[in-house]
Amino acid sequence: MSEKGFVERFRSCFEGPNTIGNSRGFWVGFIAALTIAFAYPLSAGGYQSGITALFLVYAILALSLSFVWGYSGVLSFGQVVFFGFGGYTFGIVTLNFDSTIGIMAAIPIAVAIATLVAFGLGYFMFYGRVTGVFVAIITLVTTIVMQTFMAQTAGSEWAIGDARLGGFNGMTGIPDIALGIRNTSIAFSGETFYWLCLILLVASYMGLRALTNGKFGYAMVGIREDEDRVEMLGYDVRRVKLTVFTIGGALAGVAGVLYASWGNYIDPTVFSLTFATLPVIWVTVGGRESLLGAGIAAVGIEWFRQQLSNLGSDYALVVVGMLLLVVVLVLPEGIVPYVHRKAVSVYREYSDSGDDPDHPTRGSTQEEIIE
Amino acid sequence: MMSDTETTTSTEDSKPSGSGLNVRKTPANYATGPDTDTILQTEGLTKKFGGLTAIDDIDFAIDEGELRCLIGPNGAGKSTLLKLITGRHEATAGDIYFDGTEITDLGSHERVRGGIGIKFQAPAVFESLSAGENVRMALQRTDKGDLSDAITSTLDRVGLVQQRDTTASDLSHGQQQRLEIGMAAALSPSLLLLDEPVAGLSMEEREEIASLVTELNDDGISLIVIEHDIEFVDRIADQVTVLNQGEIFREGAIEEIRADPEVRRIYLGGE
Repeated sequence: MSEKGFVERFRSCFEGPNTIGNSRGFWVGFIAALTIAFAYPLSAGGYQSGITALFLVYAILALSLSFVWGYSGVLSFGQVVFFGFGGYTFGIVTLNFDSTIGIMAAIPIAVAIATLVAFGLGYFMFYGRVTGVFVAIITLVTTIVMQTFMAQTAGSEWAIGDARLGGFNGMTGIPDIALGIRNTSIAFSGETFYWLCLILLVASYMGLRALTNGKFGYAMVGIREDEDRVEMLGYDVRRVKLTVFTIGGALAGVAGVLYASWGNYIDPTVFSLTFATLPVIWVTVGGRESLLGAGIAAVGIEWFRQQLSNLGSDYALVVVGMLLLVVVLVLPEGIVPYVHRKAVSVYREYSDSGDDPDHPTRGSTQEEIIE
Repeated sequence: MMSDTETTTSTEDSKPSGSGLNVRKTPANYATGPDTDTILQTEGLTKKFGGLTAIDDIDFAIDEGELRCLIGPNGAGKSTLLKLITGRHEATAGDIYFDGTEITDLGSHERVRGGIGIKFQAPAVFESLSAGENVRMALQRTDKGDLSDAITSTLDRVGLVQQRDTTASDLSHGQQQRLEIGMAAALSPSLLLLDEPVAGLSMEEREEIASLVTELNDDGISLIVIEHDIEFVDRIADQVTVLNQGEIFREGAIEEIRADPEVRRIYLGGE
């Protein structure tokens, strides 16, 4: 029991009513899926892995929105703004300091800038008592402003050091992410880049699971359900929202860095309406109150979209739009929570002892109450 | 009668803002002995919504340990007054003192942390959470470690231990009201504001809430209760404030208020 105690305690950090999957079975499946995901490049090869890595980057972006919107009720179209700031900053710094050291320094700087932008925008909104749909409008307008601004930076006067912003043509020649010192440094591309993204994705997922299932998570979910009520329990709602928004921005910034280094390139389409809408679609389809759902949907939809594009059509976005409509009408909670709920009820029906496959180790309820 | 002479119960009373207030407003018809202390006081409190004056220059005070009922016809400003006290509404003019400290400009959450608890008029439990998780939400901000025992004792206080794992949306209306009162009480407030705690409840449920409210008051919590039902008011309170058109219309013992023909005219409809 003693060695099991440690595992149980460790597990309990990540479990609770705010996430899907609080059973032994879930974790076994999770680790199995991870193993397959880690082994994927061995069969797919470097080139295909590199392409697939982009979906993992998008999944991180999806997690950031699920956290902000699904868990705290703040609908943000601005995740792509922080994504773009992360990517552009990474590009600007690395184009000026093109060395492993420069690249390693660029990563925290880019994430810090994205975080700062999220903090500033969030502070302005939440301490200015902007709520509800106006948050969506302001964040959406911010992306449009950013796109318009970046699109007109084609002239040579728009350069920061050696890095030209490049207008619609974007910034080219952004190096791969590299870590290490001199001879021991490695640049991440192909399968190594895939693995890097996968590790960061899993780390983000686990980190957010711990956050959402902890005390902070209760406050977040409470704010989503009834903001005034939470305030009357003594919580500083504005600060909680700002914290959530900032963390979401930081995570989107991480994804942006990965994105810029993935294509060695970034352009203003990251601020475009289409791209700003995609995270909202992933999260809605996957299940916005589910981190797992958001991640899976991002990978699934983007993979699907890419397959369609490979067929040489522009129908991909139309199909994705229809998928969104169908999900909103038929499964408003999202696909993953729905499937999970069905699976749990089927399991219950067929298990004689009434074992709960998803019994939260923390909390006292039998149900996944918030899902 | 001067608060300056009563500094033993409150450390804040020596502040200039706190002193002299009792002199200005001491309604003749409620008891303020030397062993009592004002816990809440408003001075010239006014709230305007556009051209409408919802609260008009109100000087209102209640003593520590008191259970005061606030009655009055619809639109009298009862809920607005409560919202001003909790910071949901910003005062147009005037000041609010709580425990000798001015709180007029504090945010809601700061007032709650300072010891003001509230239960809103509309039921506002977290419906997707169980009763126990609802209480956890109230407790976890301040209490560290395992909250299980604290949750149990809070649920016990409001008679909902059996419902601990019941999803709040499945609780009866009366149980939700009690759960909410329990959540507010779990924060150990020194002043608890209840806005129509028995609206829409059955006689038995009313009685349960009445005993709960009385118990909380016996535990030393001061209460302001808005209620329409005069029988319920009679059951729980000695002192009543009647609001009408944003002003204090009468203040006094429940018997006097019930007997007052003017109060009957504006509020009781000639009962």
